[in-house]
This record gives sequence, structure tokens and C-alpha cells, in this order.
Amino acid sequence: MGVQRQRLAEGGRIDRGHSLDFTFNGKRYTGYAGDTLASALLANGVMLVGRSFKFHRPRGILSAGAEEPNALVQLGAGARSEPNLRATQVELFDGLEAASVNCWPSVRFDIGAIGDRLSRILPAGFYYKTFMWPARLWPRYESLIRGAAGLGRAPEAADPDRYEKRHVHCDVLVAGGGPAGLAAALAAGRTGARVILADEQNEFGGALLGLRATIKRGRALGWVADAVAELAALDEVRLLKRGMVFGYYDHDYLGVVERVTDHLGPAAEPGTPRQILWKVRAKQVVLATGAHERPLVFADNDRPGVMLASAAQAYVNRYAVKPGERVVFFTAHDGAYQAALDLADAGVRIAAVVDLRPGPEGRLINKVRGRGAEVIGGHAIVAVHGARRVSGVEIMRLDYTANGVLGAPRRIRCDLVCMSGGWNPALHLFSQSRGKPRFDPEQACFVPAESARAVRSAGACNGAFRLADCLAQGFAAGAAAARDAGFGDGEPPAAPKAPEPESAPPRPVWRVPSIGAKARGNKHFVDFQNDVTAADVALAAREGYDSVEHLKRYTTAGMGTDQGKTGNVNALAILAQVTGAEISDVGTTTFRPPYTPVGFGVLAGRCIGKLWEPARLTAIHQWHRANGAVFEDVGQWKRPWYYPREGESMDAAVRRECAAVRTSLGIVDASTLGKIDIQGPDALELLNRVYTNAWDTLEIGRCRYGLMLGEDGMVFDDGVTSRLGKNHYHMTTTTGGAARVFAWLEEWLQTEWPSLKVYLTSVTTQWAVVAVAGPNARRLLAELCRDIDLSRAAFPFMSWREGTVAGIPARVFRVSFSGEVAYEINVQSSHGLALWQALMAAGAKYGVTPYGTEAMHVLRAEKGYIVVGHDTDGSVTPLDLGMGWIVSAKKRDFIGRRSLIRPGIARSDRKQLVGLLTEDPREVLPEGAQIVSEVRPEPPMPMAGHVTSSYWSPALGRSIAMALLQGGLARRGETVTISLAGKNVRAEVTEPRFYDPEGERLRG
Amino acid sequence: MAEAYLRQGVLDHLHLDARAVREPGEARVALCERRFVGKVSLRGRPTKRFLAAVGQALGFEPPVAANTAAGKGGRAALWLGPDEWLVVTPPGSAGETAEALRAALKLQHCAVTEISDGRAVIGLSGARAREVLMKGCPLDLHARAFKAGHCAQSTLAKALVILHQTSDQPAYDIYVERSFADYLWAWLEDAAAEYGPAIVQG
Repeated sequence: MGVQRQRLAEGGRIDRGHSLDFTFNGKRYTGYAGDTLASALLANGVMLVGRSFKFHRPRGILSAGAEEPNALVQLGAGARSEPNLRATQVELFDGLEAASVNCWPSVRFDIGAIGDRLSRILPAGFYYKTFMWPARLWPRYESLIRGAAGLGRAPEAADPDRYEKRHVHCDVLVAGGGPAGLAAALAAGRTGARVILADEQNEFGGALLGLRATIKRGRALGWVADAVAELAALDEVRLLKRGMVFGYYDHDYLGVVERVTDHLGPAAEPGTPRQILWKVRAKQVVLATGAHERPLVFADNDRPGVMLASAAQAYVNRYAVKPGERVVFFTAHDGAYQAALDLADAGVRIAAVVDLRPGPEGRLINKVRGRGAEVIGGHAIVAVHGARRVSGVEIMRLDYTANGVLGAPRRIRCDLVCMSGGWNPALHLFSQSRGKPRFDPEQACFVPAESARAVRSAGACNGAFRLADCLAQGFAAGAAAARDAGFGDGEPPAAPKAPEPESAPPRPVWRVPSIGAKARGNKHFVDFQNDVTAADVALAAREGYDSVEHLKRYTTAGMGTDQGKTGNVNALAILAQVTGAEISDVGTTTFRPPYTPVGFGVLAGRCIGKLWEPARLTAIHQWHRANGAVFEDVGQWKRPWYYPREGESMDAAVRRECAAVRTSLGIVDASTLGKIDIQGPDALELLNRVYTNAWDTLEIGRCRYGLMLGEDGMVFDDGVTSRLGKNHYHMTTTTGGAARVFAWLEEWLQTEWPSLKVYLTSVTTQWAVVAVAGPNARRLLAELCRDIDLSRAAFPFMSWREGTVAGIPARVFRVSFSGEVAYEINVQSSHGLALWQALMAAGAKYGVTPYGTEAMHVLRAEKGYIVVGHDTDGSVTPLDLGMGWIVSAKKRDFIGRRSLIRPGIARSDRKQLVGLLTEDPREVLPEGAQIVSEVRPEPPMPMAGHVTSSYWSPALGRSIAMALLQGGLARRGETVTISLAGKNVRAEVTEPRFYDPEGERLRG
Repeated sequence: MAEAYLRQGVLDHLHLDARAVREPGEARVALCERRFVGKVSLRGRPTKRFLAAVGQALGFEPPVAANTAAGKGGRAALWLGPDEWLVVTPPGSAGETAEALRAALKLQHCAVTEISDGRAVIGLSGARAREVLMKGCPLDLHARAFKAGHCAQSTLAKALVILHQTSDQPAYDIYVERSFADYLWAWLEDAAAEYGPAIVQG
């Protein structure tokens, strides 16, 4: 068990009365409630936490927040295990188990570190240059590289936790709960506006939690507590702590992940959602996302023990942890001096403050000097000693260009280096909102410029680094946002006083020079997570990758899970330096959501298992289920595929079902067919425009088959439309095409033909449809229907009648998809089950057999009826299908007509629909099999077409197939070869009609 | 009209009656299926003549304000679009309502289509009903934005729905394509689980 030897005796926002046990890389430690994993590790003297991605160099904790590139851990084991979490953000809980993500076999001894010795031959673009050839070996290289470089592991078991989503609207969303965000929320909330304040941390206060600041003559955290209490008391304010605003999308739509129980670990109450995804639609947005401290790019700046100054300050103030005993500060500005004072007050010895500025002066600096610390201006760290932990630094004087160093190196002993290159406003959300940043040369950072959306930035993310300015900007932005959302007059409340010493801006030295072998610069890390150095940036520029977007992709700078929060600005500034461009001209790469990684679990929410996708059920579904149907997914519908009897194979069931239809009586649930009710004086005109054939002659009571084409002339959908009345039609579509056809017709009516007087109503689910088919269909219907004359003459094929079937009001359509006498009985859906049961009962004497979609397909293929989307694929015209007969030559126009007369569409060598009969009648071709025009020992072979439908035909006692074959219409009688894995099959090209080609049976 | 016993409610297979409580008591969310609610789709341009004819047939004029509902005597008309309403009637009366509308609109271009069986109606009410909907509906359902008498077409989870707020309790009637009802009910029960939902008589 480790000892918290670096823990301070008092202070901090931790609960010393509540100690927590945890393990890291298998070793046991304790920490306190209020700790992060990182602060608890530091309290136990653990600085080395992982290995770097490419060179496997030892790495320590760099930051105290979301920007952490090094301290990435795999949390937990088994199904709840989560990779790549930042130890700086993981709240400690009792029993927490964590391991470094990128070191094998251990963090202290790492075989991959040989990569460090080989780093001379692992420059930027190494993978592109080395593993390009031979291309066929790339998969092997890739798996080796991934194995060596992988970041964490995804759990393999199903996630046992519950995740939820909430849609929420607000007048003002405030992202970030530091001083600026709290002020904005107060200003907006007091107006009565609906406000959401979201902050990623476990408590509000932002950077103030790690500082010893003053507001209104009191501790700043006192002001924070008052603000939070006031906000909590406002009805229309929603506080989301542990709520990370991760994405800013169009129309001021933002995503927030609230980590509800992550911090409780196993103590979380079962059933409570682990995380909630808040989908926020905001009228106005205030970004108060703070800033990240910028590392300095100096030689070996990645040694464990090199830390951001603000992070060390936060560890001391917030977590009561001394990150080291003897510290050297290395800074470009005044910011580090307050950190130095805080560390000194905590008992950390200040060995020196090395300042890049030649003559640092000011009240803060004098205060630090007054504590006995040496302040060394105009100097730079040129080397860091110690592999697994800093043991000292070497410093030298900068020359006046800051591109070189002078004199003799001086060595300073230390176990901690705190660096501060200045601040980078966290522009991530602003940039995601399509806002344009600009470079502020005075403060040496990018700040928000033009907003593209209803968004304001306030505080440090807006380049305001002084507390008083943060508060003032927050109040102003909150009041203005509320006003623009319709609340209040926009007058901000008076901001409280927050005194701070004056602070001078940084001296930007983007690449800190060094000496000796290190002067090559290949160990000046820019991107810690992806091991990108200043030399890599320069190399990329030399090789012509001098746009920031190319630089990113070539060097992978900024492409880690941290998205380069610490490295990007340094990388592009160094690029500017190398290419002689202005930083403002180089610009930033595009920021993309999420701000920090979001787990798949919360994005999926409850859309898992049964709720993953809606299963659409017909009114007769429960009967199918109870009677053993095996279901097939057709779009979102569950359709009976076949109904196996006990011990019956699918093949046997389908043969039995087909035989029943051909010899006696089958019954099928056809409720899923799309149905559109069409009314209006221009209904006929609409049909004429959307179908290829002519509809003028269709009489009331009659039905007609129609093909619809897209504007490209390709088959789009098909179905039977019936005339119900003078201006009233009932259209049917394919099951899968129903929604598409309805939307397509509405689009034409609303955008192109608004003058047509016609209304469409979807009635797909209003009607349950049961088709009875077979030689005994008429006899069965006659028993159940007394008010329709079913005689051939009175009720011919392709007509419909209204009446009652089994006492239920019905529309009966005499249409057939099986080639047998068939009736599609439509009743209101609530009667569907009763109708089905009545038909089953009355049909028993005919051996009535329910059949599924598979038998339906066999029966229709025997007849050569196409299924749109099965025998067509969006590149097939009616002429290709041999259905020229359905394309009206007389009609002036219909959708797709113009495309059909283009010469390319009329070519005779297009793929055309044919039948195929294999030489071996037992051979059932796989659908999708290729017809080849030349047989070769192995693919590729020239392809002449493919099989679209293929079945065993019980009626013919042999296999049948339909295929699209180049020039197929003229190739009847030819023999073609279908190439299958391991064999070639020969088949005769035929008409795509195999059974009762004259259609005598269905008219019978 | 066929014998009533031949009719099936959309969710009968879930045996909600057997699970229903008589008094929802303190339940923060109550759910039910409203079986056999009559529904008629009404299409037509909202001219004065059209509105008056519909008013004569229904006893009230259909609303012309977007996403609002009007009603009287157990019937309601929900605005779905500039020329589209869903007329809701008590069980068993959709046919006569449709006939009355057709008669009143005989000389006008319109479409009156009975769609009672095409959609299921799920009732959702209780103090936390709004929170349940927030889990799957992107609309702003805050009491300031969506009140009794408002209706809207939207998505709830992965189903298209018409949402009609019937009281400020709040209570909602959710109209959903019949084929999606089983899915949506399962989704609602799951979403409401944390509030201890009660199933009540429709």
C-alpha cells in the first residue's frame, strides 16, 4: 500500500476523513474523496503514468484537466472497462482500478522504448514512406504497428449500464461554469430566461478551484458558492455539473454529456443512468470554456516531472498535493509567478524561475524574489535530465533573436519543471460553431473573431485572462444573450471587484533553442500524445506539407484523442516560423466535436436491443408468431418468411407452401403493401404523369398494374392501382417503397404540380390485406361472402368489388402475384385478425396453408414477375425488363419518358432481364452470381451479367433463375456460364416466364 | 359495422387491461392505449366556404393556427398542415363523421378519408409525462412553449407521431402508425421506468 507522502497536511478541496482505496497498474494506493486519479497518484509520489504513442518514452502527468495528453488510463475491467480516460479528469472512487493504456509489459520497463533509440529513423511520415511497398504486406505492417502503438482496449462484453438521452430547449446555454460562465448564467437567469449551465467538472468554479483568488474582498470560492446557490434557486435554470458540452452543431444545437454515476464506480445505484446525453437546442449560447496553458517547446520537455505551471498550482491549491520538492519554473510570462508563490507557500522549494524575457519586472516577480527564489531572465532550458523523473535542467542565455543560446550551460537540480508559455483560449466550441478565430499578437494567442451563430464568448476563452474581466464579460454576455432571447433589457449586473496584480503579456518563443545533438530538435515535443516534435514540423514543411491541414495529416499533430489541445498552436506557430509566414496566415485546423471523447454507450442511449430499430407489425402478427412463423425483415416490417412445421426444414416448408397454392389454397398476409388513397379531379392526370402506361380507360371497379420511373428512366416502383370512384383511386406500392413513393408523389405535387387538384392520404396501415390464392380461392370466398357475385364474368381478373367477407366490410381486389386465381381482401386493420381466422377456419377443408414471403417469391418467379429492388437496382429501365408493352407511346409525357428516348438507354447491349435454366436442373444458382463471357482459371473474368432471382421451383421440379444479361433479350436459346467459387455452371437463356406463360390459371 | 367482438385493439396482445390499475394514485406517469378512437383525415384549402362547411358538419370550425387543436362534444380537429387536419371522434363514429363532412363539402375539392385503424393512440399523463417525452422527442415541450390545445407532428424515439396535449396536468395523446405501436409502447415503458409508470384504462 502506497503512502500519500506528497499530501499537504491541510487545505485543498478534498475530504481527509473519507479515504479511498484504488489500484494503478496493479499496485494499491489510497487517496481522498475530491481527488482525481491524477492528484491521488501525485499524492502517492507517482509521476510516471504511461509511455508515449510512438517512441514509448516515459511520460508523466502534464496537466490537471481536459487537455491531458499523457496520463491516459484504462479504467476498470470487464464489460465496464473504458479506455483512454484522462487521469486528470477521472474522479477517484473506492475500488477504482486503472492501468496505463500504452505500455507493455510495464510502465517502468517497456520493450517499445527501443522505438526511442530508433527515433532517428522514425520521422514524420515514416509510415507513409516505409510501409508503402509492397502494398500487399500493408495489412501485416498495420497490425504490427497498431499492436505496438494501440491506445487502450474496447471491452468485448455488452455494456451493462443504462444510458439516457434528453432533448431540451433553452433560451441561453452557458458552456463552462468558471467565473465568466457563472456570471453569464446569473445575468441571464435573473431575467427569467430558461438557462442551462453546463460544466465538465465535479463542481462549479472552473479555474478558480485551482487558484487562490479574491472576489469582493473574500475568497473567490465563496462568491462561487453564493452564485451556485442563487442559480439553484431559480426555477428555470438547470445546472449540469459533470456535464461536458462536447459539440456545437448547426442551428445552435449542442450536445452535452452528463456523467451521472461515473464518479461513484460500483457504489452507483443500479438503474440510475450512468450518463445522460443532453441534446440542447439553444436560442442563444454563451461560451465560457476557459483557456489551456501552453507548454513550451524545449529539449526533452516530455520528461516525467515537466508539468504545466497552472496544473502544479491546481494540485497544490485544490488537491493539497505537492507535485515535487524542488521546482524550476520556465516561463514566457508573468502567469507562472503566482503559481510559484502558491507552490512556495505549500513548502515546495523554488530552485529558480527561468524567464524567456530579458528583464522580467513587476510586483509579482518581486514577491517571488522576496521568497528567496532566483529569477533568471533571458534564459532558456536547453536540456532536461532524468529518464523516469526529472533530476535537473541545464539553462543557457538566449541570444537576442531567441533562435540560439550563448555561453556555458548551467545545471540546476530539481524534481519538477513547471512551464508556462502563455494561454490558449479554448476555442473548440466556438470553432465548431463555424466562428472564425483571429491571432492576437499582443497576447500571442488565437481569440474569437466573427461568430457565425447566436454565440458569445466570455472570459478566458475570449482572451480575457484577468478575473475582473472574466466576471465583467460573463455578466455582459449573459445579459445580452437573455435580451436577444427575449428576456430583460440587456443591462448587465455590476461585476464585483476582483483585485489582481498587473500582469505583462508573454514573450512567444515558439521553439526554444538548445545545444549539441539535441539542437537537431528531434526531442522538442510539440504534440505529446502523438510524439510529434518541432523537427517533424520542420521536416513536413521542407517536404512541402506547408499548409496547416497537410501538416496535421502528415505529422499526425493534433490527431490524438486529445486533439492537440496542448500542441496545436505551438505546431502551427513553428510551421509559420519555418515557412516565414505569419501565424495569422497559417491559421488553425478545423476543430471537430467531440471536445473530449464521448463513449458509444451514451450516444446509443436506449436504442439498443429491442429498441434499436422499430419492428413494424401487421394486425395479424400475433397469429403468425403463435403459429411458428419465421420472420424476415422487409424494411422495418416483420413479415412471415415461412411457417415450418415441427422438424421441417425451410426448403421443405417452402415447397409445401408453394404446392398448396398451386394445387388448392394458400393464404398470405399482404398488409405491408404500401397504400395511397388518391382523391380529386386531377387524380387521373397524376396517375398518367407518374406511371408509364395510360390510365384514361380504367373504369370504376377495375385495377391496373403500373410501373413508376425516376426522372432517369429507371424503374422506381410498381404496383396495382384501382379506380374506386370518378375521382378516387387506391394505389398500392411495394412494401419497401411505400414511404419513398408517398414522399415522391407529394414532392411532385407540392413543388412541380401545385395546380393539380388532388390529395394523397397514406392508408397503408388503415387496411389489413389477406390474399387467398389457388384453385380453391373462389370456393372459399364464396362461402364467406354473399354480397359479391364472384363469377368469372361478374368479377373478372384485375377488378375489385366492395362487400362483406365473414361479416366484415371489405374491398376485394382480384389481382394475383402467384399466377393462380387470387383475391386480396382488404379490411380495416382492427378486423384483420378476425378475417384471417375466419379464412383459416373456413379454408380448413381445402387444406388452407399460410405462406410466407419465400413461397411468395418462388411463386412470382415461376411467373416471371419482377420485384423492384430485387430484379432491379436503380439502373434498369422497363425496356431492359422486356416490359416495353407498359410504356405508353401515345402519352405526351410521364416521369422518365425523356430519359427513355436517349440513345444510350435504347442500346441493345444493355443488361436485360432473361430467364436461366441450368443444365443440371438440381443446381440452384446463388443470387448475385456472375455470368461470365470468358471462363478463366481465376477472377477477374469479363462479366456479362448477374443472377437477380433464383429458386427451386416445386411446380417445375427444377431450379429457375432470373438474370440481367448483356443483350439478353436477343440471346434466347444461348448457353451461358455462371462462375461460382470452385466451379462453373452452364445454363440456357430463356424467357423469364416458367409457369403457365399464357396466364390461363390466374384468369380462371 | 362488423360485430364488435371481431375487432382487435392495436396493443391487445400486451394484455394491458390485466395490468391496469383502477386508481393511478400517486403515479407520476400513467400510460394507456385508447382503443378504437375514430380518425378522419381531412384535406382542403381553408377558404371561408370550406371552414364554414366543416364547421357545419362538426359543430366547430377546424383551427387555422399552426399546431393547434379545436374541439367540441368529444370531437377534435388537429391542425397538421395548411390544408390538412386530423379529425378525432369517439369510437365507432368516424364513419358518420366522414359522411357528414363529405356531404357538407360535396361541391368542394377536398379529401375525406377514414383512417381510424391506421393509427394507434397512446395516452400519456402525469407529473413526469413531459420528462418521458423529452427522452425521445426533439420538440420544445416546456410549459411555456407547448400547452393544452397544442399539437404537433414530430418523432418520438424512432417513430413518427402526432402529439396532442390534452391538459396542463400534463396529459398527451400520442398518435402513431399502427404498425409502430408495439415498438413505441415498449419504448415508452422503458423511458418511464424510472418514474414507476402506472398502466390505466384507456
